[in-house]
Amino acid sequence: MSGMEQVPATGNVLLSLIVWTPMIGAFLLLLIPREQADGAKRAALVFSSIAFLLSLALWGGFVSDRADFQYVEQHRWIPDWGIQYLIAVDGVSLFLVLLTTFLTPIVILFSFGDVQKRVKEYFFFMLMLETGMLGAFVALDLFLFYVFWELMLVPMYFIIGIWGGQRRVYASIKFLIYTLTASLLMLLAILYLVGAHVRAGNPTTFDVRLLYDVALTPMEQGWLFAAFALAFAVKVPMFPLHTWLPDAHVEAPTGGSVILAGVMLKLGTYGFLRFAMPLFPVATVAATPFMLGLAVVGIVYGAMVAMVQPDLKKLVAYSSVSHLGFVMLGLFALNSTGIEGAIYQMLNHGLSTGALFLLVGMIYERRHTRQIAEFGGLWKPIPRWAAVFLIVTFSSVGLPGLNGFVGEFLILLGAFGQSKLATAIASSGLILGAVYMLWMFQRVVFGPVRHEENNALEDLHPREIAVLVPVVAMIVVMGVYPAPFLKTMEPSVKAIVARIEKGQARAVAADAHAEHAPAGHGAKKAGGV
Amino acid sequence: MEATLALPAINWLAVLPVGLTSILGLVLLALGLFVDDDETLGWVALIGFSITAIVTALLAGQKAVTFNGTFALDAYGVFFSVIFLVAGILVVLMSMTYLEGTGIPAGDYYGLVTFAIVGMIVMASATDLIVIFLGLEVMSISVYVLAGAWRTQLRSNEAAMKYFLLGAFATGFLLYGIALIYGATGSFRLDQIAAAVPTTTARTMLLAGVAMLVFAFGFKVAAVPFHMWTPDVYEGAPTTVTALMAVAVKAAGFAAFVRVFLHGLGGLHADWSMLLWVVAAATMTVGNVLALAQTSVKRMLAYSSIAHAGYILVAIVASGPAGGTAALFYLLVYSFMTLGAFGVVAALGETGDPNETLDDYAGLGFRRPLLGVTMTIFMLSLTGIPPLAGFAGKLYVFTAAIREGYYVLAVIGVLNSAISAGYYIRVLIAMYLTPGAEQTGRVARQPYLLTSIVVSAVLTVIVGVFPALWMQLARMGFLSL
Repeated sequence: MSGMEQVPATGNVLLSLIVWTPMIGAFLLLLIPREQADGAKRAALVFSSIAFLLSLALWGGFVSDRADFQYVEQHRWIPDWGIQYLIAVDGVSLFLVLLTTFLTPIVILFSFGDVQKRVKEYFFFMLMLETGMLGAFVALDLFLFYVFWELMLVPMYFIIGIWGGQRRVYASIKFLIYTLTASLLMLLAILYLVGAHVRAGNPTTFDVRLLYDVALTPMEQGWLFAAFALAFAVKVPMFPLHTWLPDAHVEAPTGGSVILAGVMLKLGTYGFLRFAMPLFPVATVAATPFMLGLAVVGIVYGAMVAMVQPDLKKLVAYSSVSHLGFVMLGLFALNSTGIEGAIYQMLNHGLSTGALFLLVGMIYERRHTRQIAEFGGLWKPIPRWAAVFLIVTFSSVGLPGLNGFVGEFLILLGAFGQSKLATAIASSGLILGAVYMLWMFQRVVFGPVRHEENNALEDLHPREIAVLVPVVAMIVVMGVYPAPFLKTMEPSVKAIVARIEKGQARAVAADAHAEHAPAGHGAKKAGGV
Repeated sequence: MEATLALPAINWLAVLPVGLTSILGLVLLALGLFVDDDETLGWVALIGFSITAIVTALLAGQKAVTFNGTFALDAYGVFFSVIFLVAGILVVLMSMTYLEGTGIPAGDYYGLVTFAIVGMIVMASATDLIVIFLGLEVMSISVYVLAGAWRTQLRSNEAAMKYFLLGAFATGFLLYGIALIYGATGSFRLDQIAAAVPTTTARTMLLAGVAMLVFAFGFKVAAVPFHMWTPDVYEGAPTTVTALMAVAVKAAGFAAFVRVFLHGLGGLHADWSMLLWVVAAATMTVGNVLALAQTSVKRMLAYSSIAHAGYILVAIVASGPAGGTAALFYLLVYSFMTLGAFGVVAALGETGDPNETLDDYAGLGFRRPLLGVTMTIFMLSLTGIPPLAGFAGKLYVFTAAIREGYYVLAVIGVLNSAISAGYYIRVLIAMYLTPGAEQTGRVARQPYLLTSIVVSAVLTVIVGVFPALWMQLARMGFLSL
C-alpha cells in the first residue's frame, strides 16, 4: 500500500539467499568426509564469504533515503495463524546484517588454526549460527523472529560446550537457561499482543508492521514491555542480568567469543529498537529513567570490574558490559542522535571487541595463558601483533579518528537531551574505560620482557594478518568517514523515533480525554492503571 | 408381525477400524501358536496396522453413529485412531529389534499390543460413558499384562503389579463417577448428559461424579497427584511397552477426557476448570521439577511425560475450539517425539544391561552419531525449541490459554518449559560434552528399531516446520465433536 514493495522490486530473493546460504553450506559440509578437515574449513569459508558478497550487493541496491522496509519478501507459512515468512531490511538492520556476514568469514578463517577437534561439526554449527542471527535481524514476523532467535541458541550452546575451556559445560548451560527462560516470557507477550490485535477486530497476524498500531492500555503496555525487555536485556546483557556473560565469553572458544560479543549481544539491543520500543511507546517512555539508570550502572560497574581482572579475556568480556551500557544509553535517549549513535556503537563494538578477542586468542594459542601478569614488553618480540592491538585498544577507548569516538560522541550528545545526570556519569565511565584499557595495554605491551618465554613468541602469520586487516581497515574507515553509514540509517531511525513519539502523544491525548470524561469513567481508568 | 426384540441397526462402516484391529489381534494370537519366527509375526502386525491405518484415514470425511448413539465415527475418532495405529506401527518396529533375547513370546506380545489399541480406538470413538469404560478396560488389561511381559525381569513384574493394583482403583473411581453422573442426569450418553446438565436438580451429585472422572482420567494420563505409579511402571516395563504407555495409552486417556469434558460436560466448564487448573499447574511443575533430579534417562522421560500431560491439561482448561484443537495437536506432536526418545532408550538397552543412566549416554553423540542426532532432535523438541514440533505444540497450547484469559497458567507453563530445558539438555551434555568411549565394540544391527527412530525424528521436524496441515487435521477432529 505504501509502495514499500517497489524498492527494490518484489520477487527479489537476495535477502533470502543471504540468510540461507550459510545453512545450505552447513548441510553440504556434512557430506564432506570426516578425514578431509581442510575441505570442511575451506567450504565453510566459501559459503560465509558468498553470504558476505551477497550482502554487499544488498547494500548496493539499498535506497538510502527511504525510511521504509526494503527487499521485502512475504510468503504465507502457517496461514491459519497468519504466520508469514516475512523478511526485510531497513537502514538499521542492513548494517547489522553486514556486520554479521563480515565477521563470520573472519571468525571462520581465524578458526582454521584454533579448532583442532571435531572440525566439521564446529563449522557446521558456525554456519547454522550465522543463519540464525541473520534471520533474527531481518524477520518482521514475530513468530519467524522468535524461531530464528531460539535457533541461534542451540549452535552457540554446542560451540561453547564442545570447544570451550575448562568450565565449558557450566558456562554453556548457564547461557542456555538464562536466555531461554527470558525469551519464553517474551513468547507469551507475543501471543498476548497478537491476541489483542485480533480482539480489536483484525485478522490474526504476526506482522510487526501491523502490530505497531495495536491499541493497548498503559498497564498492558507495561507488562508486555517488561516481558520483551527481559528477553532482550538478558541478551544485551544489561546489569544485573549480565552474569552469564563473563562465564560464556571466557569459556567459549575464540571464534565463539567473537560471534557472541560481536553479533549476538547486538540482537538484544536490536530487539529493543525494532520491537520493544516501537511496539510499546508509552511503557518505553515510562521506563526510560529506569533503563537509563541501569545503563549507567552497567557502564560504570562493567568498567570497574574490568579494571581489576587479571585475565585478558575476562577483561574484554566485562568491557562489553560497559560498552553495551553505552548502547542502551543511546537507545533510551529516545532521539535520533542518540539512537544513531547507539547503532553506530553496536557496529563499533562488534569490530573492536571482536578484534580484541581475536588478538587475545592469537596470543593464547602461543602462550596458553591469558593472565596479564604473564606478559609485558610484547612490543619487542611481536611488534605487528602489538601494533594492531594498539589500534584496536584506541578504537575501544574511543580515540578521535577511530570508529569508537563517533558512536560514543553521538550517544552522549543524544543522552544529554534526555538526562544530564546520566550523561555526566556515563562520561566518567568513558574515562574509566580509557583507564582499564590503556593500563592493560601498558602491562601487556610496554616495559621490559619479564618472562623468558615471551622472547620466543612468533609474530603474526599471514593468515592471522588476513584475519585482522579487514577489521582494522573498517575501524579506521568508520572513524574517518562515518557519513555514509549515518546517512543510510538516519531515515529509518527517524521513523522509529517518530513512531514512539506518535504512540506517546496518542496516549497523552487519550489521557486528557479520559480526564474530561464523566467521573465514573475516569475512576475506572485510574483503577485499571 | 410378531413382537421381536428391537436390536438397533449396526453401521458397519463405523466399526470398521475397531473390527479390523480386533481381527488382526486374533490372527496374531493364533499365528503365535504356529509361527516361531518373531520377525514374521512382526511383519504381520506391521502390515495389519498399516492397512487399518489407511482404511481409517480414508474414513475421515464420514460421519455416522451406531449402537444406539453410543459409538460414533467422526473425524475426532479417526484422528486419534490413526495416532494409535501409527504409534502401534512404530512400537512394533521397535519391538522387532527389542524382543530379541528377552524371551517374550512375540505372538502374545503383538496380540496384546493390538488389543490395547482396540481398546484405545473404542475410547476415542465412544459417545457413551459405559462404552468408554469398556474401551478403557480392554486397553488397560492388555497393558497390565504387557508391562509384566518380560517375566524374567523382576522390575517388569513389579511394574505390572503396581500398575494393575493402582489401575484397579482408578477403574473403581471411573465407575463410581459414571454412576453418580447417571444418577444426576439419567443417562450414560454424552449428548443426553450435555442436554441434562443445565436442568439437573442433583447438582452436588453431578459435581461429585465429575470429580471422580477427573481422578480416573487423571490416573490414565498420569496427572499429578495421580501420577505416583508412573515412574516405577515406566521404568520397570519393557522399554517398548513404556513407549506405548507414554504415548498411546496417554493419548487414549486424553481422547476420552476431551470428549467427555469438552463435549458432554462442557456446560460445567466453570466448575471443573478450577479443579483442572490446579491439576494442570501441579502436573507441569511436579513433573518437571522431579525430572530434574533423575539420573536414569528412562525415569526422566517418565517424569517428562507427566509434565507434558500438564501442558495438555492447560489446553483442556482453556477449552473452546482453540483449547480443544490445541490438545489434539499437542498429543500428535507429543506422540512422535516421545516415541522416538523411548526408541533411543530401547536402542541402547542390551539384555541384562539396560544402559539407562546418563553416564551410559556419555559420548554417545560421537559413538553412535545417528542416535545422537535423533535424540538431540527429540530432546530439543520436548524442550520446545523452534522450529521443531514441540514448539508448535506449546505455542498452540499457550495461545489458547492466553486467548481464554488464563494468563497465570500460561506463565506457569512457560516457566516450566524453562525448567524442562534443565534436564533435556543434560542428555545433550552427556551425549556430546561428556567424555565417553568414542568407539563402540560390536553393535547389534537394529534395522527396525532405527527405522522407527528415524521416522519419528523426521515427523518431529516436518510437523514443526510445516504445522499448518496437521493443525487443520486437529481442528477438523475437534470440531466434529
